[in-house]
Amino acid sequence: MVLDPAGPFAGPIETVAWVLFVMAGVVLALVLAALGVALFGPRPWRQRVGAERLVWVGGLAFPVVVLTGLLIYGLSTTAKLSAEPRPGEMRIRVTGEMWWWRVAYLDERGREVLQDANEIRIPVGRPVVLELESADVIHSFWAPRLGGKTDMIPGRRNFMRLQADAPGDYQGQCAEYCGGPHALMGLTVVALEPERFAAWRQMQAQEAKPVAAPQTAPLIERGRQVFDASGCGACHTIRGTDANGLAGPDLTHVGGRRTLGAGILPNNQGTLAGWIADSQGIKPGNRMPSYPVLSGRDLRAVAAYLDSLK
Amino acid sequence: MNGDPGLDPEIYERFPTKGRRPRDELKTLEAVWCGPTKPWEWITAINNNFVGVYYVGAAMLFFVLAGVLALLMRTQLALPMTGFLAQETYNQIFTMHGTVMMFLFAVPAVEALGVLLLPQMLGARDLPFPRLSAYAFWAYLVGGLSFFCSLFFGLAPNGGWFMYPPLTGTTYSPGINADFWLLGIGFIEISAIAGAIEIIVGVLKTRAPGMTLDKLPIFAWAMLIFACMIVIAFPSVILSTLLLELERALGWPFFDAAKGGDPLLWQHLFWFFGHPEVYIIFLPAAGAMSTIIPAVAQTRLVGHRLVVMAMLATGFISFGVWAHHMFTTGMPRLSINYFSAASAAVSVPAGVQVFAWIATLAAGKMRFNTPGLFAVGGLVIFVMGGLTGVMVAMVPFDWQAHDSYFIVAHLHYVLIGGMVFPLFAAIYYWLPMSSRRPLSERWGKWIFWLMFIGHNVTFMPMHLSGLMGMPRRVYTYLPDRGWELPNLISTFGSFLFGLAVMLWIIDMIRNFRPFGDKEAGNLFNGPGLEWLPAGFYSLRSIPVITSLYPVWEQKGLGRDVAAGRYLLPGAPRGERETIVTSPITAQPQYLLRMPRPSSWHVWGAVFTAGFFLILTVQAYVAAVVSGILAVYCLWEWAWRLDRPHRAATADVGGGVRLPTSVSGPMSHGWWAMVITLTVSGMVAVMAGFSYVFLWSRRPDLWRAPPDAASLLITLGLLAACALGAFGSVRSLKGARPSLAAALMLTASLAAAAAFAVEAGAWWSSGLRPDANSQGATVFALLAWQGVFAGIGLLMGLFALMRRLFGLVTPDRPATFELIGLFLGYTAAQGAASLLLVRLLPGGGA
Repeated sequence: MVLDPAGPFAGPIETVAWVLFVMAGVVLALVLAALGVALFGPRPWRQRVGAERLVWVGGLAFPVVVLTGLLIYGLSTTAKLSAEPRPGEMRIRVTGEMWWWRVAYLDERGREVLQDANEIRIPVGRPVVLELESADVIHSFWAPRLGGKTDMIPGRRNFMRLQADAPGDYQGQCAEYCGGPHALMGLTVVALEPERFAAWRQMQAQEAKPVAAPQTAPLIERGRQVFDASGCGACHTIRGTDANGLAGPDLTHVGGRRTLGAGILPNNQGTLAGWIADSQGIKPGNRMPSYPVLSGRDLRAVAAYLDSLK
Repeated sequence: MNGDPGLDPEIYERFPTKGRRPRDELKTLEAVWCGPTKPWEWITAINNNFVGVYYVGAAMLFFVLAGVLALLMRTQLALPMTGFLAQETYNQIFTMHGTVMMFLFAVPAVEALGVLLLPQMLGARDLPFPRLSAYAFWAYLVGGLSFFCSLFFGLAPNGGWFMYPPLTGTTYSPGINADFWLLGIGFIEISAIAGAIEIIVGVLKTRAPGMTLDKLPIFAWAMLIFACMIVIAFPSVILSTLLLELERALGWPFFDAAKGGDPLLWQHLFWFFGHPEVYIIFLPAAGAMSTIIPAVAQTRLVGHRLVVMAMLATGFISFGVWAHHMFTTGMPRLSINYFSAASAAVSVPAGVQVFAWIATLAAGKMRFNTPGLFAVGGLVIFVMGGLTGVMVAMVPFDWQAHDSYFIVAHLHYVLIGGMVFPLFAAIYYWLPMSSRRPLSERWGKWIFWLMFIGHNVTFMPMHLSGLMGMPRRVYTYLPDRGWELPNLISTFGSFLFGLAVMLWIIDMIRNFRPFGDKEAGNLFNGPGLEWLPAGFYSLRSIPVITSLYPVWEQKGLGRDVAAGRYLLPGAPRGERETIVTSPITAQPQYLLRMPRPSSWHVWGAVFTAGFFLILTVQAYVAAVVSGILAVYCLWEWAWRLDRPHRAATADVGGGVRLPTSVSGPMSHGWWAMVITLTVSGMVAVMAGFSYVFLWSRRPDLWRAPPDAASLLITLGLLAACALGAFGSVRSLKGARPSLAAALMLTASLAAAAAFAVEAGAWWSSGLRPDANSQGATVFALLAWQGVFAGIGLLMGLFALMRRLFGLVTPDRPATFELIGLFLGYTAAQGAASLLLVRLLPGGGA
């Protein structure tokens, strides 16, 4: 919600919005009052309204003054919010793909250190620069509570800054029509306390390590085999295994994500199984084929395996 | 004051004339202008009383069709994650809703209103090129209906009405759906431009004597500015559709970043058209408001001059705001600030008009009839849309609102308040001019309130859903975002709106009776000439105008006009004719002979539409056949235009004699050709912009141009073309028709040769159109020049044929003058584009 900002790049816009709402409300009230007098007012009132002076004052002078004021205010806010990156800032590269988000965390020299998908984790209280790119068509990054939107355009790189002042999950969605299931291209910005963020990042940098209780270990092992045998690794990477495909999201820590299918399903074993079996039914047109050929047991096993990749 | 050449205004003293008119004069006039008698004559009719009504009717048909699509969308969005429409169907439907509303409803509807109303308002018998408006109409109807039908085969475009590449390129849209959009919009653009030429020449050249610019009805002002804006803006969308189709069909990379193209080039070209488009739609509707409000308040428009200035200002400023659709694309901050300021500024002239309307309502006394209600309701809605418009002109707010449902709300407030409500006001106000019975006032009030409430219930909640984070163009949404309630309310409201439109359709069926002998007439006591008693010939005689509100202020005007006491009280030569006047002071200049009904323009329109549509389904042979047939029909049409006159002058009443034929800048044909060439020039300018834009993105890709020798040869040939064309017209005026025809043919051959030399030079330099952005833009400019060289050749041939048939005489040089103008322009365009692509620095690699 635009009017419920959660950071310094959304807050000033909320202020602008309220200033504009008040301006619009006052002007609308004035116009309706003049119209009311024109239609229903007593004759002497109508004569005053019905003169060319009203057009000069109401139509020309008044808007010029109001608009000039607004413009100065708007432009100064624009300047404050512009996002040319400065050296030393934390950077995340977000690439729009049909119809999900590839998220890469960069080190100081701009090299990619780890990949994730559809969730952007940021430390609370600190600005993060997003490098926005596209792998195919134009997308637009938008997390309304954290700021405005910025387009992701093939052949170009745009920047924007994000900052959340409190921990929490902030919903977002692709805002530029990108064909097919554009409506189901969601994302979540997860703001964490700095120490939790550091821990998460460290854990995320490690290779895949299924987290399993002794009684589920065989199921998970079977899931890993089904994953390999079904060719999932052609599109997905699980670091530390043979799966090294690049077309789809990195699944090294998929079990630790909040959502599935680019922000459209909660992430658990049930939805994982459902997504694998019928991703085309859930999100028609997306690039992941459905796997109805997998037996129920295999499906449960794969889901358990993926869920264990915390 | 006497700024224009024409008859001395002192002759106006002779009117109204005294005495009775000859008895059979009116009979001849009626016979010459009679309506259809046989069934097929309804199709070949060209009189604006028929074509105008067809035109408005077709536009309203598309309004209803696109409205049905809107109801389907609202049904799908009533609840989250419903399966009423499949994703692909929804994507096609929202694309078609926007496209049909903008291209097949809004622009044609206001253009149609102009075709229907302008001749009557201006005191002309018809618009100056009635066959051209009929052609525009038929191309639009045939093409528009076939385009719409693509929905039923699942082949409708699905890339959104602004069709951003690369989504609409072949990689991501391999089907022919996108081609339907690109080619389907092609003939609609042609038809809009044809209409615009008609309207500009009509308003400037066929006004009643004495109707100087300060007495020009405000609606005609609006239509004039509207048509000029089409001439400037539409070339940009013509070019962008051509470029994208070239990229799709032949792989020329204008928008493909991998080969030096840039997706943002499309956005610049599209919005350079797309934003003025909004004002193109709004201005005629505002002109209608400025006409209807004085009539419902029964007083003059307060601040008439200010309103005219405001409309002119809107026209100018609207060309400087296009990039406010691109605030989120990462533009440099300086450009962002400029476009933000311009976007705020464009609301000032709108404010002037709104306050002029309010002042007018106060100065008179509002009568609460249906046109009045629609006008006031439209004003209120438009003001709300204007205020949200100011909000989104503020960049930080736009970063949030852009591409969200807030924008959907904003644009519908602006367009429905600024165009749909005024259009309904116009329909209720002017329908008694064309129909035996008016529409029901009681029903009209119900329809108004349903529509007004329905509109607000539909679109008010969308402001909220947008601010809650709902992006536009989504076929569904997730249940947990809090968007359910505003969406459900919106859906409910949309059906109220739909109900209002349905009631209006029923009332139209009950009461609309056009094409009769007798009309309901001036029920609202309007002040304009269109309210004088009239037949298919328009006014019995063309009055001398001394007032901005002639019916109110020129006493006895209706009686004298109907008695034939003014100019052109009959048809002196037994043909369809009207008086052509000078553009500023409206002094009579000559008697224009108008065409009769014909089938060539109808077939021409069918084959033009056919060419584009068949091209879409890639049946190239059939498309080429259709294209050749279209050219043949246009040839036949043109062949019959320049007929000999029996006498050099004719009596138009009161002893005034007017010439029957003129040429040069005084003639209507010269104006039309100059405007057509302006359109072509704008296409060339936008193509030049594309070239420089892509060069500035990737100068490293640019290679050196071919050697200078070919440049000199091409320039020499182009100079020969210009000189030949000029010499041809001179020798015709010097009574040497054979030399004139020979020179004209030579000039056209020189233009073709220049094109061949230049294209050959680039080709042999090794540059290929599909290699990179330089190749694509250079060959695009060449192709555009090639089209002109080709048309020039046809014209040279036409000149030769005219001579062989003995139709070229020194007293009628118009045909040669127009061909000469065209060839001269072709030479200039060729030289300019040539120098551009040769002079920008290339790497030499």
